[in-house]
Amino acid sequence: MTPAAEYYQRDPNRHAPALTPGYKTSVARSPRYAPISLEQTVSEITGPTFGHADLGPLDHDLIKNYATTGDPIGERIILHGRVLDENARPVPGTLVEIWQANAGGRYRHKKDSYLAPIDPNFGGCGRTMTDDQGYYFFRTVKPGAYPWRNMVNNWRPAHIHVSVFGASFSQRLITQLYFEGDPLIPLCPIVQTIPDPDAIQALIARLDMNASIPLDSIAYRFDIVLRGRRSTLFENRLEG
Amino acid sequence: MTQLPYLKETPSQTAGPYVHIGLAPGAAGFDIYDRELGHDIAGPNAKGERIRVEGLVIDGTGSPIKDVMLEAWQANATGHYAHPEGGGPVEDGFRGWGRVITDFATGEWAFDTVKPGPVPGRNGTVQAPHITLWIVARGINIGLTTRLYFDDEAAANAADPVLNLIEWERRRPSLIACRRDVNGKPVYRFDIRIQGEDETVFFDI
Ligand SMILES: [Fe+3]
Repeated sequence: MTPAAEYYQRDPNRHAPALTPGYKTSVARSPRYAPISLEQTVSEITGPTFGHADLGPLDHDLIKNYATTGDPIGERIILHGRVLDENARPVPGTLVEIWQANAGGRYRHKKDSYLAPIDPNFGGCGRTMTDDQGYYFFRTVKPGAYPWRNMVNNWRPAHIHVSVFGASFSQRLITQLYFEGDPLIPLCPIVQTIPDPDAIQALIARLDMNASIPLDSIAYRFDIVLRGRRSTLFENRLEG
Repeated sequence: MTQLPYLKETPSQTAGPYVHIGLAPGAAGFDIYDRELGHDIAGPNAKGERIRVEGLVIDGTGSPIKDVMLEAWQANATGHYAHPEGGGPVEDGFRGWGRVITDFATGEWAFDTVKPGPVPGRNGTVQAPHITLWIVARGINIGLTTRLYFDDEAAANAADPVLNLIEWERRRPSLIACRRDVNGKPVYRFDIRIQGEDETVFFDI
């Protein structure tokens, strides 16, 4: 088969460790042994591909994709940005999926029993594909903060969950984005699982007035960076 | 010292308890998409043996984790992945990728697929048939990657370069699914232990 190039190794300091006792659920759900590092093979440098046929026309528009009697309640926002790799190259044609609570902080999920009401016109999930330049775009409402059981008075900052595939399974990533200026960000035990303050900054979507639609929606910009790829091939065994 | 102009990877965050509303909304209790992705791994035209894979994901207390989402990535029966660099053609409709969630009451998960073939390893080696699994859930800060191998492939498993990379031989069986026949259909059992005795081997890929 054709030789192929592998992806840069993941920087463990960029991510939370598995065991983060401040986020209590991680304690029993974290491996105790170190993961075994693999030199990548065809199993790791490949991954699923998606096409526009997989998506519906309103999938990227959370204001319209579940609405029946009117638009959802809440602050109308544009969420947009680019998916790039560590070499600053765009990642085109990749699937981006998001999910979130409604403006009151309630998820449309049978396990969410928070007392804020369900919004009959808001589903809370969307998906899209990046274009040739790695650009993506969603329309939604800004989610509300919500309480969660960790310590008795923990609140999640407003956030949107984001899932991205990239071009290979080794780039697969799920994360959460936050909103610039939210005072709950530094108080959140899930945010604070990440030890590097610079890395936390990379999860904060920035107010983007130029992309706002006057008299309609305010915009937030969130760029996503996936692992970069070597330019050299890996099948040439070094003779020692 | 100036930094080279590389960007840095976006940090991972837990998929949380409501991952289903984003990635499997039908399971969360509402229909929104015409087509949910990841339900059909092999498609109708795939050659090879039709199998079912099932299991639990078990936490450090020995309890099943009931809010997990798993993704599977595999080659077809001839060892090709559905990807431009996947080694060769695949059957029409073969995706090799699936998404499965656990039963909220029991933690059991299962998916139907075809048994993959062997695929090339590095430097001329051959990898035994395997399925890559990626596990996310509340409490898991970054998705856990493992591999499922098949217990009826003993010779191929013994020669597999990845299994052989695991220094502790007693940990290798954690990656091997056990076959049994249920009404004539092969079912492979693969329980994943996140932590504790017999912890499953996870990979940094
Ligand atoms: Fe959330």
